[in-house]
Amino acid sequence: MVFPFAADALGGGYYVGVATRVMIFALAASSLNLVVGYGGMISFGHAAFFGAGAYSVAILAQEGVVSALAAWPLAAAVSAACALVIGAVSLRTRGLYFIMITLAFAQMLYYFFVSLKAYGGEDGINLAARSRLPGLDLRDDATFYLVVLALLAVCLYLLKRLAASRFGAVLRGIRENEGRMTALGYPTYRFRLVCFVIAGGVAGLAGALIVNQHGFVSPNLLHWTQSGTLLIMLILGGVGRLYGGVAGAAAMLLLEEFLSNWTGYWQFSLGLVLLFVVLRAPGGIGSWFARGNSHG
Amino acid sequence: MAERLLEVRRLFKHFGGVVATDRLDLAVAAGGVHALIGPNGAGKTTLIAQICGEIVPDAGQVLFGGRDITALPAHERVALGLARSFQITRVFRNLTVRDNIALAVQARNGSSMRFWRPVAAERALGAEAEVVLAGLGMAALAALTAGSLPHADQRRLEVALALASQPRLLLLDEPLAGMGAEDAQAMIGLIAQLKERTTILLVEHDMDAVFRLANVISVLVGGRVIASGVPQAIRDDPEVRRAYLGEEEAAA
Repeated sequence: MVFPFAADALGGGYYVGVATRVMIFALAASSLNLVVGYGGMISFGHAAFFGAGAYSVAILAQEGVVSALAAWPLAAAVSAACALVIGAVSLRTRGLYFIMITLAFAQMLYYFFVSLKAYGGEDGINLAARSRLPGLDLRDDATFYLVVLALLAVCLYLLKRLAASRFGAVLRGIRENEGRMTALGYPTYRFRLVCFVIAGGVAGLAGALIVNQHGFVSPNLLHWTQSGTLLIMLILGGVGRLYGGVAGAAAMLLLEEFLSNWTGYWQFSLGLVLLFVVLRAPGGIGSWFARGNSHG
Repeated sequence: MAERLLEVRRLFKHFGGVVATDRLDLAVAAGGVHALIGPNGAGKTTLIAQICGEIVPDAGQVLFGGRDITALPAHERVALGLARSFQITRVFRNLTVRDNIALAVQARNGSSMRFWRPVAAERALGAEAEVVLAGLGMAALAALTAGSLPHADQRRLEVALALASQPRLLLLDEPLAGMGAEDAQAMIGLIAQLKERTTILLVEHDMDAVFRLANVISVLVGGRVIASGVPQAIRDDPEVRRAYLGEEEAAA
């Protein structure tokens, strides 16, 4: 909580922005964690929901809707609706086919925004000002940081509740043995779809935050490499661990931040770190901190 | 004759050029054990899968309790009282035995679209799971991880999971698969106990078990039922002896 003020006092306002960015990606990666880690569905198109949320806020702002109370839930709803449509089709497939079909859908959405000339096309669109919240000035970086922190904390708490609930128990069962779950009488498709839609909605909220942080959104946010980045974060942080998304987003963005100051080849170093994690710590970085929180 | 609990009418299924189920008729009366025997490749497992709704037949009907369930998805058939065990063990290996059963109990106790309340706080689910386990003499295993159990106990859990659905018809697909002689005897004893509580359709290769347990036996060869009747009649049926029962059985 005191971080932004301490950072400000030390003349490091820049790092408040970095920390905010880390938390927003942590939220996006955590939503992907719900699909991959808890639901056992390896989705390679999660950036579509992240980007759809960001575009929703930017487009609404351009049309005059600047209230966060209206725009952010709407962004989550738009992304959840996208997840419903994409999930309804994709979830009829399994394994490699599911990976490819989610990737294909995400690329379709990517090209949709590329061709959306009214809203910037390939160049994307700027957000004239951050969304407005009554009583809070989001233009202030420290305030925005705290709002993002609060939303991340609430979402992680909800994720924790969900994992321990009846719904979470069903997801665990499906991940482990879907055929048996059907034989026990569970409509597994419905449960996987609900999981996919919730995750899409949360990714949409993360998208609403990232466009406020960057002040800008372009189709690149939906590109398949962005879906890959979210997956890499999750593998780094620990798939199926409550704080896996947070640990992974922090590790990856901070590595990028510091290594890119030092060498243009920071992605090479990232590759080495990823190799190390996959080979030596398959539970991810999160497993070093919270042993008790494994859901894998 | 007792009420027909399950009826299969002119069921037909082919995979490419292979006919797995060939206009098959079968009626299972309520009560007791109805055994389904036949050589490998006779189509027993395919038939079970069609009865459960995991495989859709090309033609024909499946009736359960007088109702046509041919088009019903698998999970809805469970709610009607049709539960199965698998030939290849499908338990939740990373969960405890109690949590395995609790998942089966949860399936028939209200909606599972609940996201807030911890499932561990629902004492009723755990308590009912304990009752199921105690009824099968498995109470001592409740806290163990399913994947750590020896094969025979995993097979018992496999049956317990199906039983926890409180089926009116329990389909057991080779419950004795891979068991040693001693464990097989225990499983036969268990099934003998269960047949007092529910109707069982038993697919099994172990002829000793079949003739000890079954009230009725149907013989499946080439995707069709070639004979159906009480054990003694099946034993004496010359066509069955020629088609299926080996020399040792014929001599017995």
